[in-house]
Amino acid sequence: MTDHLPAFIVAVPLLTAFLVFALGWLRRELCFPVGLLGLGLAAWSCVGLLLEVLGSGPVTYRLGGWEAPWGIEYFVDTLNGMVLAAISVSAFIHWIWSAPAVKLQFQDRLGAIYGLQLLFVTGLLGMTITGDAFNLYVLLEIASITAYALIAMGEQRAALSSLNYVFMGTVGACFYLLGVGYLYIMTGTLNMADLARLLTGLHGSRAIQVAFVITMVGLWLKMAFFPLHGWLPNAYSHAPSPVSALIAPLMTKVMVYVMIRIDLYVFGPAYSFQKLGMDRAVVWLAVIAVIMGSIMALAQKNLKRMLTYVILVEVGYMVGGFWLGNRSGMTGAILHLLNDVFMTLGAFMAVGNLLYRLPGCSFGELRDVFSKMPFSMGALVATALSIVGVPPTCGFFSKWYLLLGALEAGQYGFLIALIFSSLISVVLFFRVFEGAFFRAQTHENAHHQPDHTMEEAPVQMVVPLLVVAAGLVALGIFSAEIVSTIVEPVIPPAFF
Amino acid sequence: MEQILDVIIAKYNYWIYITLMMIGLFGVIAKNNLVKKIVGMSIFQTAIILFFVSMGMKRGATIPIVMHDHGAHGPIQAVDYINPLPHVLMLTAIVVAVSTLGVALALAVKVYKKYGTLEEDEILEQIRKS
Repeated sequence: MTDHLPAFIVAVPLLTAFLVFALGWLRRELCFPVGLLGLGLAAWSCVGLLLEVLGSGPVTYRLGGWEAPWGIEYFVDTLNGMVLAAISVSAFIHWIWSAPAVKLQFQDRLGAIYGLQLLFVTGLLGMTITGDAFNLYVLLEIASITAYALIAMGEQRAALSSLNYVFMGTVGACFYLLGVGYLYIMTGTLNMADLARLLTGLHGSRAIQVAFVITMVGLWLKMAFFPLHGWLPNAYSHAPSPVSALIAPLMTKVMVYVMIRIDLYVFGPAYSFQKLGMDRAVVWLAVIAVIMGSIMALAQKNLKRMLTYVILVEVGYMVGGFWLGNRSGMTGAILHLLNDVFMTLGAFMAVGNLLYRLPGCSFGELRDVFSKMPFSMGALVATALSIVGVPPTCGFFSKWYLLLGALEAGQYGFLIALIFSSLISVVLFFRVFEGAFFRAQTHENAHHQPDHTMEEAPVQMVVPLLVVAAGLVALGIFSAEIVSTIVEPVIPPAFF
Repeated sequence: MEQILDVIIAKYNYWIYITLMMIGLFGVIAKNNLVKKIVGMSIFQTAIILFFVSMGMKRGATIPIVMHDHGAHGPIQAVDYINPLPHVLMLTAIVVAVSTLGVALALAVKVYKKYGTLEEDEILEQIRKS
């Protein structure tokens, strides 16, 4: 049975999604436990697969027994084993956490929202595990279309923001498909390993150069890299809070993973970094992304909207770190990918907890929230510390590698941007916490006895959030082991 | 001038797809009406489908069904048959395009119900006022 783990990872959430859709009509109360079972099984398979890969090296799986260049091949090494485990575990935690909020907001549409969430996770897992360039496009569109639908389930401006996301996302995915088309013309294959083998002889080709640039632009559009980020803040901040806590941590991070996979394992480091010579330009773009993202985050007056700009900054970190083109920078980017999944998950889950009790989360509405919701705010403080990069939390270690990489590469612009954005994020979160710590001082309040009644979100929402917050510290403590066992083996020996 | 014409004529399928793609991109970016934007998006996707279909084409080749299978008249020549793989891929891509179009139209209906118009500037005006 363990032979078929890679197929399980995609098949189980997919079949559970359809089952949950059907249960939405038949037995609504069964939606949650069935989905929990499916996601639990997926998470168990992913972790099992990661352990297997750590023990005995990369795993390849041929769907339906077809040989590699003709059939679709699933390929798992420690890089995507790690991403798979991060996706499935965070989706599992999110599933437990989101149940009360979903029940509150979507009582009549349980089947729809739960089924779409499962399909979204299916798309992400498939995108991560596949070793076939066209299969990646199809699963990318599965994840995107479900994300459009999930975001549009919100109120007020959600439909309009989602429609804008549809336009941008479709253009991005089509660019990726176009790049794959050029690669197919030149090599006649779609399998990633086969492409890597055939492309080594084609480094001088103009068509391959076009394919590379078009693919990268498509992926940058999907991951909201700075000049192409326009769709993200509106889409994520107008989405309902259970949905944004699922989409915000996973979608952009998986696209960063796809970029790393395409650059290192399809085009190869020799082509992406030495032959093309666009790495310095991309790092400068990342510098602009980090600085502009920080400044725009500073201009926001709403916690959820501010966090969407923080995502832009994090994407800038990862893209910039990867394109530094040395071992430390790449380690930092891959480690940050893992950390950022859980940092963003924690931050958006905390916002979801606040929104469960409060009417909104603009800074004015957050007054005195520390005494009302101490656990949620405590967890938000922990994630904020991690985003800023304070030592025991995981954010510090990935930032440290990024700084080292920037120093080694001589990219002082990126170094300054990293430090600048860390300082800005101190200001960002301090503003939030300062406002939330003090109660609103009106004259009426001064006469009344202060009421210290706690209005915490349900236990089912608080406990997973605290688990994620503790996980951030655990990831930080074990970061040395993660780097040496997971990250180091996947960086090609061309980098030293 | 003649050289340029030769280049264009020799690879006319690529020029057609590029033109269509640019028309679609223009529609997505520059149009004010949301339905026109959706139409532009659809043209954009169709251009890429045409690109894939044209690259499987070979001059003087036939449909990819092996003939003379019963008698076994010599080895099968790949040159005689159109490459079926891009066409098969595009079946999937067409399905993806249709579902994107469906989601986009459904969202447009939702936007219309909310704001009573599909002109983007009027919608933004309403958002600014509220």
